[in-house]
Amino acid sequence: MRYIEPHGHMVSRTTDDYLDMVTAGCAAVCEPAFWAGFDRGSVDGFRDYFRQLTEYEPARAAKYGLPHYCWLCINPKESEDVALASDVLGIIPEFLGRPGVLGIGEIGLNKNSRNELRVLEMHVDLAARHDQLILVHTPHLEDKLKGTRLILDVLKNDRRIRPERVLIDHVEEHTVRIVLDHGHWAGMTLYPISKCTPARAVDILDVHGSDRLWMNSACDWGESVPLAIPRTALEMRRRGWSAEAIDRVVFQNPVRFLCQCPRFRLPA
Amino acid sequence: MPMTRAQVLDLYYMDARCKLIEIAAFLDRVDRGTGEADFRLDAFRDAMQHLAGGEPRRAEEVLRSLSDPTEVPVDKAPGKGAVGAWPGRGA
Repeated sequence: MRYIEPHGHMVSRTTDDYLDMVTAGCAAVCEPAFWAGFDRGSVDGFRDYFRQLTEYEPARAAKYGLPHYCWLCINPKESEDVALASDVLGIIPEFLGRPGVLGIGEIGLNKNSRNELRVLEMHVDLAARHDQLILVHTPHLEDKLKGTRLILDVLKNDRRIRPERVLIDHVEEHTVRIVLDHGHWAGMTLYPISKCTPARAVDILDVHGSDRLWMNSACDWGESVPLAIPRTALEMRRRGWSAEAIDRVVFQNPVRFLCQCPRFRLPA
Repeated sequence: MPMTRAQVLDLYYMDARCKLIEIAAFLDRVDRGTGEADFRLDAFRDAMQHLAGGEPRRAEEVLRSLSDPTEVPVDKAPGKGAVGAWPGRGA
């Protein structure tokens, strides 16, 4: 089996996870910029983080023969400080041409505040000006439905944004349809507690089809499972999905979306 | 091809049975606790009503029931975390 991990926060994982993922068939991993668990205090902290994402982490993955890609942004959890966010956005273009940079992400909302919304609009503008793909984080739990609607409005209101170049992540049963109806791609995050379980993810595929959907583990420093995609592939097999249909979801779909970025190379 | 109902039961019945008993035990545990509960318990009980629905959209309805139904951004983020239920529903 082959698969792509389109959303993994590998800086917070051990090298054992790289070994397990490659052993399970992982052909490429994509790492969105995210919150470190604490608020960074300066733009230089983000410059160091972007260097980690574009220099150190690809080298660490390469030791296991795994191509590593990344997305750049300031995470919505750190968007209340608009001045800092503006400064961080100012340095992102320095990194956009680096090998392995897929675009702007994971941007979005966390608690659906006005400042978060303002910083989201700034990120969307940055992506549009630099013709970048966009990866969107939707809020957690009770904030997801409202946040997803607000995010869709921002994207719709910027006429430079082509919906098929935006993936909206962490969809669940109550948000997947509106995301797909807006023409975007949708991502399902496989978490043990707070997002989709493998069984529910396969339910969503059964109900909504697999045309513009992908799955990810979003493994980070919290409760998460780096092998969630192969485990969900096993769930699909138990439910009678063919090997070709599984491959379409866990490998071909991510390739279709990510190939819109010229820096993404089809894994051998 | 969708699975037959028998196939679904074969695959998922024991897992669902386990989770059902866990929910029952959770509610018993809350009852045995002391002090006042908060909005999350009411939200949980409201959400459970959707399990009795007759359409195969129960997961979606439960998620909607636990969601913030408002449409306007808040002035300032009240923190970073989420708790799984919207506190304003019972207000």
